[in-house]
Amino acid sequence: MAAINREDVAHLAQLAHIEMSDDELDRMANELAVIVDAVKSVSEAAGDDVPATSHPIPLTNVMREDVVGHVLTAEEALSGAPDAQDGRFKVPAILEES
Amino acid sequence: MSVDTILSFEEAMEKYDPVLGFEVHVELNTKTKMFSSAPNEFGDAPNTNVNEVCLGLPGVLPVVNKKAVESSILIGLALNCKIAEHCTFARKQYFYPDTPKNFQTSQYEDPICYDGWLDIELEDGTIFRVEIERAHMEEDAGKLTHMGGATGRIQGADFSLVDYNRSGVPLVEIVTKPIEGAGSRAPELAKAYVAAVREIVKNLGVSDAKMERGNVRCDANVSLRPYGQEKFGTRTETKNVNSLRAVENAVKFEIQRHGAVLDSGVKIIQETRHWHEDTKSTTSGRPKSDADDYRYFPEPDLVPIVTTSEWVEELRSRLPEPPAARRKRLQADWGYTDLEFRDVVNAALLDEIEETVTAGASAAAARKWWMGEIARRAKLADVDPAALGVSPAVVVEIEKLIASGAINDKLARKVLDGVLEGEGTPSEIVAKRGLAVVSDDAPLQKAIDEALAAQPDVAAKIRAGKIQAVGAIVGGVMKATRGQADAGRVRELILATLGVEG
Amino acid sequence: MSANELIRSSAAVMAAKLAAGEVTSVELVQAHLDRIAAVDGGDRGVHAFLHVNTEEALAVAADVDARRAAGEELHELAGVPIAVKDLIVTKGQPTTAGSKFLEGWMSPYDATVIKKLRAARMPILGKTNLDEFAMGSSTEHSAYGPTRNPWDLDRIPGGSGGGSAAAVAAFEAPLALGTDTGGSIRQPGAVTGTVGVKPTYGAVSRYGAIAMASSLDQIGPVSRTVLDSALLQEVIGGHDPFDSTSLSDPSTGLAAAARLGNVEGMKIGIIKELHGEGYQSGVETRFNESLELLRGAGAEIIEISCPNFGYALGAYYLIMPSEASSNLAKFDGVRFGMRTLPTEGSITIERVMSATRAAGFGDEVKRRIILGTYALSAGYYDAYYGSAQKVRTLIQRDFAAAFAQVDVLISPTTPTTAFKLGEKIDDPLSMYLNDVATIPANLAGVPGLTLPGGLADEDGLPVGIQLLAPAREDARLYRVGAVLESLLEAQWGGPLLDRAPALAQNSAKEAN
Ligand SMILES: [Mg+2]
Ligand SMILES: [Zn+2]
Repeated sequence: MAAINREDVAHLAQLAHIEMSDDELDRMANELAVIVDAVKSVSEAAGDDVPATSHPIPLTNVMREDVVGHVLTAEEALSGAPDAQDGRFKVPAILEES
Repeated sequence: MSVDTILSFEEAMEKYDPVLGFEVHVELNTKTKMFSSAPNEFGDAPNTNVNEVCLGLPGVLPVVNKKAVESSILIGLALNCKIAEHCTFARKQYFYPDTPKNFQTSQYEDPICYDGWLDIELEDGTIFRVEIERAHMEEDAGKLTHMGGATGRIQGADFSLVDYNRSGVPLVEIVTKPIEGAGSRAPELAKAYVAAVREIVKNLGVSDAKMERGNVRCDANVSLRPYGQEKFGTRTETKNVNSLRAVENAVKFEIQRHGAVLDSGVKIIQETRHWHEDTKSTTSGRPKSDADDYRYFPEPDLVPIVTTSEWVEELRSRLPEPPAARRKRLQADWGYTDLEFRDVVNAALLDEIEETVTAGASAAAARKWWMGEIARRAKLADVDPAALGVSPAVVVEIEKLIASGAINDKLARKVLDGVLEGEGTPSEIVAKRGLAVVSDDAPLQKAIDEALAAQPDVAAKIRAGKIQAVGAIVGGVMKATRGQADAGRVRELILATLGVEG
Repeated sequence: MSANELIRSSAAVMAAKLAAGEVTSVELVQAHLDRIAAVDGGDRGVHAFLHVNTEEALAVAADVDARRAAGEELHELAGVPIAVKDLIVTKGQPTTAGSKFLEGWMSPYDATVIKKLRAARMPILGKTNLDEFAMGSSTEHSAYGPTRNPWDLDRIPGGSGGGSAAAVAAFEAPLALGTDTGGSIRQPGAVTGTVGVKPTYGAVSRYGAIAMASSLDQIGPVSRTVLDSALLQEVIGGHDPFDSTSLSDPSTGLAAAARLGNVEGMKIGIIKELHGEGYQSGVETRFNESLELLRGAGAEIIEISCPNFGYALGAYYLIMPSEASSNLAKFDGVRFGMRTLPTEGSITIERVMSATRAAGFGDEVKRRIILGTYALSAGYYDAYYGSAQKVRTLIQRDFAAAFAQVDVLISPTTPTTAFKLGEKIDDPLSMYLNDVATIPANLAGVPGLTLPGGLADEDGLPVGIQLLAPAREDARLYRVGAVLESLLEAQWGGPLLDRAPALAQNSAKEAN
């Protein structure tokens, strides 16, 4: 497995939507390199015959009947919003001005 | 926005072989959302059909709607799919303000339905088989309204407003395998395929299936390759094609545009395109920064769904007759010509006529009324014939009244008017309006005697053997009795009165 | 009984005194509010609380007193106050998750465990400090400043639930709720000389606990005695239709197990891989002492090997950040929490989200999000996330093999006693190593309990003893834990916390 470098971190930060300064990218790359190195043995621990476990206690078919439950009022829904208008959440433009 | 050059469709088809693919999203009409018990309702005030789950507030967890799972299985069965014995949910991760958790809970590796097919009947009766890759369960996003721009478009908007009422509405995404061999019928096939899917989900009762409301949404993939080449060309995915006509036009446009791009020696960019109804063209969509890496992983907050054969078979037993099979059966039963039947289908009166026949009318009478007088009145009122307010029972009753001789066709139309005016049942209207055919000879004889006296020259002609002239006297009698007389009987009585053999 | 004696009682004793009419809930709540006012604030305060819920707690207490006076049948713990880790959403009080991102955020809904506390009429004293989004083992990653260990104010109280553990250790609350993803209840319990339990995964609803790693997170009790944790788990446990991973098992029989009082004939397994090398000598000494006591009480002690536990930390540090990176994506400045505009360039939603997340998240959160994004990204999934999920299977198999031989497993809860504030803050990896003994239980979903095992000779700080049981056998933890607790307390002549130094009083007088 390749070591994680600054460019990787920059790409990951973009995927994760976290703005990072150059200093931060450098620091993060160094720290992550150490951590990734420490965890990489995991990839050799189990063979192909070992199934993955995604839930610690296996359950199946946990489903809900199609019956209407509680709702929030629009006021409650919007109560924590950084910005709102006309009963809706307000967000800045999605596209750059062109 | 630069305008793309395009080839004529014929020229594109001469040079290139189109390959299609469709992703159709169907919104289910469950009472509640896919993963929360908030109501699945269209058209309410913004952010009033949400709870903390639909908003993705901190701490919330999803719980699967069983009805939505069953509806998905029904769709899979209707598309001749296999139903997975074991399937899971996965998170598809991308940031977008209409997606409250910034991931969509969907299915990835193991969709609930897979490997199906659908036979599509083209207009000339050709059957084209479309293979279905998969149909999986997922959730809808909220609705963005772009503000400040000229046309409410995302381009040039100053800001956007988000309503999460639609957030979490259950969706089934139906994905086809690549469709080869459609040739110049590709646009027609595209339209027919989406129409068929729409008809199926409507017939199943699992979706309201209104394209104008976004209940059925199509993403159309198009690629071209030179004839004889096996490898597919680079495809584009056109989103936002929300009417049957738009599906046809968008596929046609992309074929023409790809053709021009390829002709100029340039490579097609694999991208999302947006369909614009106003210009009947597509434009390049903004490439999402994370679209290339959704970082799918198994949804840890949901557990797998296991389908037993008992469950699947119970659902299969609920399947209605497939629309295409039903049409075939009804046409045979009713003995309509291809043309008559197609008109009935296009008028969307199959259900009404079937009910009318079931209620006791002949197939010919049912068609006569629905396609004739009822359709005509509906057109005047600018509503669908089915919504006019005439029930199959009314048609049957009117037909019975005619058959018994109580009314004639002309009177029957007046009875229909009475029904539409809310005056009661046909029999009640006949009684109230006094519309029954006059069958008592005494008042008729009086009217005949008067008519003969009024037109002595005509009476003389008839006596002289010019029997055709009797029509003029009949007309006078009918006028005098305001159409309530049985014309046949009037004729007999006139001839008898004049002592002429009919 | 003086207020000072009252607040040092166990929750069970407080409940008995309430039932007997020897004290009112208002008096009890007020005594704790006074204690919080006395020791929590100021430069050298414990700083266990991020929010104190004075009015509501007193109102609930008054309501309980009135109902009791009217002869109403009440829940056993009605009127006994509790503190809640600020990762759990509450109506009427801010929920911050220890993050600047959520400063002042008021949840419009209650977590299921909060609904259960309200149904039992337990007054909520307030919200306790934690590492931001529960990411840490020292509570130093809180955006609101660290919590101090009541045993030594220069040391960490453990984490992420340092606030809950410290509140209980400092007699600011008899009970608290914690959450445990890799040891966040048990490790703070160990270093503060308190009891903490991570129930079987699914035994307590996670609905309303702000998710870090969904397949590992579990809410559990924090207390000063084993019985008190059992009583609290009975309140908060049981099936919840709002949590798809919630078990259908009822949460009964736990207090009864704690009251059973014997371990004769039980088989207890020492996990070879979880002691010895890397463990502080004082920790080893106290651990061995506990083994002797259990043996003396008739338990059979067997050494067990769990060979794959060596991969647990690595698997954990792939699964946890992967799930966390996804769970924290919703923190984007659109629907709740803060919003920060970029300092330069265009104001698009994408740039605003990135600026908001940059400003709202602390370093450790960013580190884990980036690590998790990496482990899930195209081309790395199989090697990282996929492999880690396989290791999880191996660890479950180790547990299954172990529990085929023994009833419960035992180990030190942490390799060391509490370290100094600031000592490991710049060394993420050494911080992560604190959880080496607690992580396997989260990966396998099995329950784990920590109880005080005495003080390490070299530093006089608390040592934690961890018990592990098979999934759904939480009762065994309470049974063995209560026996060991009583044997140890008999040896010490009282609870371990009696030996903790008195805390300086912030206000003029301690609650009399
Ligand atoms: Mg798609
Ligand atoms: Zn989709």
